[in-house]
Amino acid sequence: MARVESPTRPRPVVAFDPSPAVSSNGHRPVAEEPDIWDRRVAGALAFLRRRLTGEYEVDEFGFDPELTDNVFIPLLRPLFRRYFRGEVSGVSNLPLSGPALLVANHSGTVPVDSAMLALAVHDEHPLQRHLRLLAADLVFRIPGLSELARKSGGTLACNPDAERLLGTGQLVGVFPEGFKGVGKRYWQRYQLQRFGRGGFVSAALRTETPIVPVAIVGAEEIYPLIGNIKPLARLLGTPYFPVTPTFPWLGPLGMLPLPSKWLIEFCEPIDTTGMADQADDPAVVFNLADQVRETIQQTLHGLLKRRPDPFE
Amino acid sequence: MATVVVTGVGRYLGAHVAARLANDPRIDRVVGVDAVPPGGPGPSEFVRADLRTAEITRVIADARADTVVHLAIATSPEGHSGGRAGMKEQNVIGTMQVLAACQQVPTVRKVVVRSSTAAYGASFRDPAVFTEDTEPREVPRGGFAKDILDIEGYVRGFRRRRPSVQATVLRFAPFVGSPVDTALTRYFLQPVVPTVLGRDPRLQFVHIDDAQEVLHRSVVEDHPGTFNVAGPGVIMLSQAVRRAGRVAVPVVEFGLSGTAALAKSLGARGLSLDQVDLFVHGRVVDTTRLTKEYGYTPRSTPEAFCDFLRVHRLGAVLGRDRIAAAEQALLDGIRRVRSTVGGRDGAR
Repeated sequence: MARVESPTRPRPVVAFDPSPAVSSNGHRPVAEEPDIWDRRVAGALAFLRRRLTGEYEVDEFGFDPELTDNVFIPLLRPLFRRYFRGEVSGVSNLPLSGPALLVANHSGTVPVDSAMLALAVHDEHPLQRHLRLLAADLVFRIPGLSELARKSGGTLACNPDAERLLGTGQLVGVFPEGFKGVGKRYWQRYQLQRFGRGGFVSAALRTETPIVPVAIVGAEEIYPLIGNIKPLARLLGTPYFPVTPTFPWLGPLGMLPLPSKWLIEFCEPIDTTGMADQADDPAVVFNLADQVRETIQQTLHGLLKRRPDPFE
Repeated sequence: MATVVVTGVGRYLGAHVAARLANDPRIDRVVGVDAVPPGGPGPSEFVRADLRTAEITRVIADARADTVVHLAIATSPEGHSGGRAGMKEQNVIGTMQVLAACQQVPTVRKVVVRSSTAAYGASFRDPAVFTEDTEPREVPRGGFAKDILDIEGYVRGFRRRRPSVQATVLRFAPFVGSPVDTALTRYFLQPVVPTVLGRDPRLQFVHIDDAQEVLHRSVVEDHPGTFNVAGPGVIMLSQAVRRAGRVAVPVVEFGLSGTAALAKSLGARGLSLDQVDLFVHGRVVDTTRLTKEYGYTPRSTPEAFCDFLRVHRLGAVLGRDRIAAAEQALLDGIRRVRSTVGGRDGAR
């Protein structure tokens, strides 16, 4: 499998760039073009026209690459780069092309980490690949959120969807802890929760896709969860109703995430070639799931040593 | 010696499929059956029969048919005598009678049954793409979807009892491209199209000509089994509304009890509950099996929808040309302002 050479690479922060391909080939249009603002205005207007007339392509999962590249990613980038001061390592462990299953720890009360992981993959990968996230069915029950999730490349966390995406050579991201991870208390931070049935392992085995464990440090501190108002959660049909040091006491202000320092590390991929027939062997599946879990836990400990103060 | 009996020739699809088959030299005789005669083109022979009775057995036996194409499936209670009850009777009792006839008449070698992708239902817990083997997680709501499940159940029973008779079940995505008025065309004909707030379902259509082609091939070639028939690719509802040059007006989604109200606010008469679910969750099917087995790929969903817009000549409210003109005007305006400002800067 081809690997990326340079692990990290500084990227300019661009607020609106209608043609990312131009800026990524290392050539600077600013010096040659007589009027960059004219180009930008024209690009933005053309983008608006395409949106208004519906002239854009969407894949069968509802992924809208144009909207993702021009709206979602530019909105998320300053949050990750400036607010969370995000640093990424181990990009060379992502395949240059072809499928991979990224398995990460989940935390932070509100799953901001999934969006940050998708941004990190897109910005750090030399080919700016998109990460296709697998999300809980709750996401697809909620109006608005379901629309956002599909348009940014997400789909339901189920084996048919995972295998279909991997089968077409996509990078797929999954958080096997699910709500057990996002909704854990602050004092349990960086302790990986159970991985469930290991459905992600069987999907990787069946499609013979490498598994890339990913450790995310920083998300635990954005909304330190100290309590859960169960009756309200039941009323809203959510897994929990969070109480943090600032929410719901400060109202909407309490929804502002705390500015923790983020580190994301992609670990060595785990090869699954020739293991397709073991996809429904529980011993093999649980073994591999444990291996992935152990790798993430060890990497988390390593990253935490590099970042002793969460708000440095 | 090929003789084909086609049911449902009183409707657009049945009439056109019967006419196509009648023009095929490989087929000797086409007998069309329905309670009403075809309006336009049709089969070479027409027999008026009520499908809800055992009359159909006599028709198939008299024709000594070897193939029966069952297309008399109603998708909405509208334009149907007896409303929803009548629709259910035609769909479920009609299919039972046709299959019973095929079981009794020894000449029948092949049955082709029209089904629908509504068989998969639509919910937030479903996988993004349905293959023929996907079982619906919940029993779909709405009359048409329930009818479809019943119809497919009867075909399963038929296959068990008559393994020697080939049965082809075609699960069609909603049709577009026919000049006939449907709930869907009326929906997109409204100048202001109501959608569900916070939902942008993925839709899939099949062009009516492709549906006819697949039905035709099912008769003249042998393709036993169940197949999804849809245009590959998807179109988002918002995208479809924009391409049609309409304005989307989102309405608030209610709880389960409010679905009927939602159906009403979606504006299209004859929209059933399963179609409401469709407008909330969308439905996409995999067509790999069809392409492999038939060696035929229907035109893509975006293409089929484009053709639908052309056939109906929907006068756009928000025309593409008008938007392009507005874009050019804005761009020119900004350029003029900037050159004036820039000129003043230069003079200073």
